[in-house]
Amino acid sequence: MRLEKRPERSAAMALASPFIALALTIVTAAIIFALRGNNPLAALYVYFIEPLTALWSVEQLLVKASPLILIGAGLSVCYRANVWNIGAEGQLTAGAILAGAVPVFFPAWQSPLVLLVMVALGVLGGMMWAAIPAFLRNRFSANEILTSLMLVYVVQLLLDYLVRGPWRDPQGFNFPKSVTFEGWQLLPYLTSGIHLGVLIAFIVALVLGYVVSRTLKGYEITVTGLSTRAARFSGFSEKRTVMFCMLLSGGLAGLAGAFEISSVVGQLQPQISPGYGFAAIIVAFLGRLNPVGVIFAGLLLALSYIGGEAVQTALQIPDKITRVIQGILLFYILACDTLITYRIVSPASRAAAAAGA
Amino acid sequence: MELLLTLLTIIMTAATPLLLAALGEMVTERSGVLNLGVEGMMVMGAVAGFGAAFMTGNPWLGVLASIVAGMAMSLLFGFLTLTLLANQVATGLALTLLGLGLSALMGESFVGQPGVKLPSLAGVDPLVPFSLAMVAATGWFLFRTKMGLIIRAVGNSHASAHALGYNVIAVRYLCVLFGGAMSGLAGGYLSLFYTPQWVENMTAGRGWIALALVVFASWLPLRILAGAYLFGTISILSFVLQAQGLGIPSQFLSSLPYLGTILALVVISGNKALTRRNTPASLGQPFVPDR
Amino acid sequence: MKKLLMAAATAALMLGAASASASAEALKVCWVYVGPIGDFGWSYQHHQGLLAVQKEFGDKVETAYAENVAEADSEKTFERFAREGCKMIYGTSFGFMEPMLKVAKKFPDVKFEHATGYKTADNLGTYNAKFHEGRYVIGQIAAKVSKTGTAGYIVSFPIPEVVAGINAFMLGAQSVNPDFKVKIVWANTWFDPAKEADAAKVLLSQGADILVQHTDSTAPLQVAQEQGKFGFGQASDQSKFAPKAQLTAIVDNWAPHYVRSVQAVLDGSWKPAQVWDGMAEGTVSMAPYTNLPEDVVAMATKTAADIASGKLNPFGGKITKQDGSVVENVDDGMILGMNWYVKGVDDKLPQ
Repeated sequence: MRLEKRPERSAAMALASPFIALALTIVTAAIIFALRGNNPLAALYVYFIEPLTALWSVEQLLVKASPLILIGAGLSVCYRANVWNIGAEGQLTAGAILAGAVPVFFPAWQSPLVLLVMVALGVLGGMMWAAIPAFLRNRFSANEILTSLMLVYVVQLLLDYLVRGPWRDPQGFNFPKSVTFEGWQLLPYLTSGIHLGVLIAFIVALVLGYVVSRTLKGYEITVTGLSTRAARFSGFSEKRTVMFCMLLSGGLAGLAGAFEISSVVGQLQPQISPGYGFAAIIVAFLGRLNPVGVIFAGLLLALSYIGGEAVQTALQIPDKITRVIQGILLFYILACDTLITYRIVSPASRAAAAAGA
Repeated sequence: MELLLTLLTIIMTAATPLLLAALGEMVTERSGVLNLGVEGMMVMGAVAGFGAAFMTGNPWLGVLASIVAGMAMSLLFGFLTLTLLANQVATGLALTLLGLGLSALMGESFVGQPGVKLPSLAGVDPLVPFSLAMVAATGWFLFRTKMGLIIRAVGNSHASAHALGYNVIAVRYLCVLFGGAMSGLAGGYLSLFYTPQWVENMTAGRGWIALALVVFASWLPLRILAGAYLFGTISILSFVLQAQGLGIPSQFLSSLPYLGTILALVVISGNKALTRRNTPASLGQPFVPDR
Repeated sequence: MKKLLMAAATAALMLGAASASASAEALKVCWVYVGPIGDFGWSYQHHQGLLAVQKEFGDKVETAYAENVAEADSEKTFERFAREGCKMIYGTSFGFMEPMLKVAKKFPDVKFEHATGYKTADNLGTYNAKFHEGRYVIGQIAAKVSKTGTAGYIVSFPIPEVVAGINAFMLGAQSVNPDFKVKIVWANTWFDPAKEADAAKVLLSQGADILVQHTDSTAPLQVAQEQGKFGFGQASDQSKFAPKAQLTAIVDNWAPHYVRSVQAVLDGSWKPAQVWDGMAEGTVSMAPYTNLPEDVVAMATKTAADIASGKLNPFGGKITKQDGSVVENVDDGMILGMNWYVKGVDDKLPQ
């Protein structure tokens, strides 16, 4: 088997590739279910379809997808520019810490302003934490994949220290929790299950999609990602792009952190995200590094979590299946995307083509 | 003195899995391939090693199985990135995800079972001297043999290596497989010697530390040795300090290894000349032979 | 493709019918675990409780569980169970407190019980175990067995249960040897075998010759066995991993509580309560005493019996704190929120 570059990108493949990947994933999942002794069709239905048939689970899906979309959109811009921010989980945590400081220090303060300040501080916290690897890359050429990842562990330990010590709820029996947030310290809900942050996540992704495809800044980012040499010729500064991308993706991760603690979690505690920052990396790639694609990818990944829980509670299939399916889906997407720019030629058909020529 | 010696053995045990995985990844990266899936290969090595030893009762078969499992995972990575030219960063992450999930699924029946421990030879755990020997071996291989020269050439400029008639893809496949074998072995070390048992996610992020060590060491075997032992020392030292009852917040001590890694990365990477001389220039770039 | 969809729909219908018919008669009881049931520690023991309920009630109940549920994300899991027809839902981690409160409010017809928490509602009770009773017993054993007079204590996180455990251990040890010492290492994890093994090795190198742990893996015991030292199992009987090193283990036995609680729901007599059971109720028990001389076994057996009968209270009488002040009549509330050490503990708590 050999790959041959297509004369031009195949538009048909670009459209079909995610669907082929999804279909292959479903087939593989069915095989795994069957190997485990489950009825594959029933399991597939519970995993991929049933969650979409009830309003409450669709609401859960949207709430679960929103941090993934918010962070994934920022990361997709970053990765376009060849800036590898792997530490969004830490930036989310940093944002949550700064945002959470408001109710911790001013528990009685109630006004719409509180929420605004919390959100602003959340963004700031994420940006600050992301600025460190950006600075280290620009100033010392330190690899941002590793520095941003190490900083995740550091800030999680910092949060752990805060909620076990100084920021602990005085009435909380010395358990590692801050005060619970109330009133304007929480996001308003649009329906019984969906908070304002969900709407904002979708809007942010759409706006970023516009910026990337239609503005000079988006062009600058894409060019820098394709070739730093070309970017330099065009007068774009690589260092500025690195800093811009890290601040953007870090700020959005921090925003997601602020949203989480002011909605689903409702307080500060040692763990405020079940790994959204890492899952968003998959989302960015599944969305083909396009903020609008990230919306669909975020929804799909959220479905894989919700469906994973559904097969667990309904059919007692262990939760590990979720990570396996996510890994397989990403593999298939990556493999199928190859077919956009390349086509597979078997040695026989090559020989035939050569003979014909 | 005796205390120091004891601490040194503890540090060696802590550093060995990092050292093994990092040496493998170094060779992979020297050929120009960035495999971020070390954690996934390690954890698969851990479950396969435990399983084989548990079912046959022979820990050496466990060692073999962990190597094979790591190689199988790396082959999957190689097929996607080298044959299908997929993005290496994304594929590596997918490999980690898949490895963590698959190992947990495969290992369900091993949980709660005491494992088979690798016997010590003459009072020494056999993989410690092996890891030290591998430092010398990889150094000699990369810098003193023709094959090593080819690998470095492929990693520095795949286009020129190709023009010289070397099979870039084949060389990279071999290096990826070597990385997989070493990562798998590192995982097997955890489940067969370090703590002879299987539990879900038992690598607990050590694959990522190994990746950091490679950059920290600017792709040089002796520096990887130094880095792995330094990291081991800092993490063990944080326990020693606590046992002294100094009252330093334990979270601060726990974060020292990570802060130390960042600091080391900055210092090493800041040395531009050294970094430029050793960084494989084609790292992470897919190679497409044009005809 | 159409055929496939039809088949899927049929299968799903059958599945739905099956669960509907089952729930018509059986009481659906559901568990939410914070860790994997394969941790051989905390979540594993709760799962043993689920199995006991299945065995006890047979067709009268239907059970379901979700494992590895992240605290930050648990609200949707509780809501799912409430929607899927669970009538009794158990949450087994302290971090589930606020999510359970929220969901309990939303589903007043569903009953909830939260392990190790302190907030209750009309349909939400709590349950917990007096683990410190077992810690007192192993403290006495440690003081008898240790030659260096020093124990190494590996701990997870400074929450009251853990702090009370350290104190009960020390009070037990001091009742045998007033000069007994303990070295404490915070692993900052509930579960990382390699890290726990490192901590164990360091503690043994620092003069401790007996290991105590409040983390969940069996690694410290394995280290003790290798070095010919001793230790205690955590949460379940772990002698399988270290037959020569385990002296006994503090076993969490949730089965009696779950059986009683499910029975109450079936009877219609369930009320939200704050249950705090210990050795008397069988929720905390000691694994068989092994590798111990007879006089120590006799002492431990007697102490455990006295605690169970109420004759001995580990926190009874006057207790000298680390700072030298003396407290008396330590009540349940003080133990549940414990944030101070007794005299003789060489460590500082975050304030």
